Amino acid sequence: MYGGGYIFDKLQDNQVNDDPEKLLLFEERIARGEKIEPRDWMPFDYRRQLIRLIEQHAHSEIIGALPEGTWITRAPGFKRKLALIAKVQDEIGHGQLLYSAAETLGKSRENMINDLLNGKSKYSNVFNYPAETWADVTVIGFLIDAGAIINQITNSKGSYAPYCRALERICYEESFHLKQGHEGLVFLATGTFVQREMLQDALNRWWEPIMHFFGPPDKASVHSEKLMKWKVKMASNDDMRQEFLNTYVPKIWELGLTLPDPKLKKNTETNKWEYTEPNWETFWQVINGNGPCNKERLKVRMWAEEHGRWVRDALKTNQLTQSVPLA
Amino acid sequence: MHSIKNLLYNIADDLLIMGHRHSEWTGLGPILEEDISFSSLAQDKIGLAYQIYKILNETEKEDLPDRIAFLRNESQYRCCQFVELPNGEYDFSLIRHFLFDHAMDLRFRMFGKSNYQPLSFLSRKTAGEMKYHILHADIWIKQLGNNNEISHVRMQKAIEVAFPYSLGMFETFPFEKELIELGIYQGEQEIKISWLEKISMILKEANFNLPDPEKIKPVFGGRTGNHTGFLKPLLEEMNEVYSSDPETEW
Repeated sequence: MYGGGYIFDKLQDNQVNDDPEKLLLFEERIARGEKIEPRDWMPFDYRRQLIRLIEQHAHSEIIGALPEGTWITRAPGFKRKLALIAKVQDEIGHGQLLYSAAETLGKSRENMINDLLNGKSKYSNVFNYPAETWADVTVIGFLIDAGAIINQITNSKGSYAPYCRALERICYEESFHLKQGHEGLVFLATGTFVQREMLQDALNRWWEPIMHFFGPPDKASVHSEKLMKWKVKMASNDDMRQEFLNTYVPKIWELGLTLPDPKLKKNTETNKWEYTEPNWETFWQVINGNGPCNKERLKVRMWAEEHGRWVRDALKTNQLTQSVPLA
Repeated sequence: MHSIKNLLYNIADDLLIMGHRHSEWTGLGPILEEDISFSSLAQDKIGLAYQIYKILNETEKEDLPDRIAFLRNESQYRCCQFVELPNGEYDFSLIRHFLFDHAMDLRFRMFGKSNYQPLSFLSRKTAGEMKYHILHADIWIKQLGNNNEISHVRMQKAIEVAFPYSLGMFETFPFEKELIELGIYQGEQEIKISWLEKISMILKEANFNLPDPEKIKPVFGGRTGNHTGFLKPLLEEMNEVYSSDPETEW
């Protein structure tokens, strides 16, 4: 799962002077809709921004596994338990795919994980919130995965081939997660009074993080024509947010549930959704490490890093030369 | 056929609790690939436990699988203490996975010849899964045994901690003799003998020493409902949501 809200690095035009002839050819290729492969020539900044983007996406997958992961051991009944393990496993698998995609640009998985742990590299803000009840799991599984799909389908049309290939695979799995999340949510919405209350409560709590999910409004975010031209950034935050609201708000309302924004409605004249801007100061606070779970999330990853080090070290000195039968 | 229930509960409870422990590795694996592997192991174990509870329900007229799994207390559980122990570090979890899956594989091979049809049928379905679990465990045991000294020492220590508990998988239980006479299976002792032979061979290849089973006191108790202090909190966590309203669907 991964949202927009990606904050691109400031472009550093004067850092490296790309060969203007090569740059021209590169931009022509992208304009023709060609994809860029790892060994192709690419501008310095293209590589740098992509590494940051894909790395942040990969971190979001493995950190995103944590809030839902805490509910695997508590999932009610075999069906939910098995589905949740499989779903969270998929998310970790997405992380693995994406780290590999980013590695094709020259940064090792180890370095990326080090940057996650030392705070240099970010992940999607939404995972810094706790999953307090079972209903949170269904809200995450439906609405956060839905948001992630919108973002990932958009990004899969970008210009860097390994990232696009990874995203296409990821989107197939995410669309299955969405079905599972929706089914779980509908069960609670049509269940007992307590289940419904639990769900409404979770929706109320998650609404602001969901509105933050696609990132700051376009008017407040730094626009980069170059990143758009290079097909690194594929759609504006506001456009993705509109698409999300348009598809999913009606699905919540049709279940008789409410969303905690009295202004939320579709303007039939402009065909756009109107809403109260979420508190963007909170968004920046959370990005900068002050969300409810930032420290806890990194602590878990740090545990995995430290306690797994001896295993990774042992693999580095691998003396086994056996081949493994595949079947 | 009353006595078969004991066997089915033993095995299904072992699988469910083992699967639960494996699932606790989510997000914590030493490498992402192992995180993913333990998730697969967990799904297969829990899925197989469900299949056995289903046999208990459909053939032996016991309660529904969800109710069996999510509403019993620890004294009603029949799992061995081996599977209840916390995951600890990857060394212990890996060696437990190795010892457990070899035993389960041999057990299900034996069930393949059982004249209790639901079990022999199920064993045909699980053979494909078991093969990969064993392949996974064996590769890792060999890698960590032969690579560097730290990993070798850690794994050897984990073997010594796990081994007495692992013998608890073969604790006898009421009606075991009857099941052997009826041709349901050949009994715990038979599985244990083949298991010792198999694991000794692999551990030797990985340069590990298996303690002498004759000199080790097995940790029994699970099959009569006597458990470690770890099972109660595990079940409370597992049942937290389900037991808040067991009459409704989740």
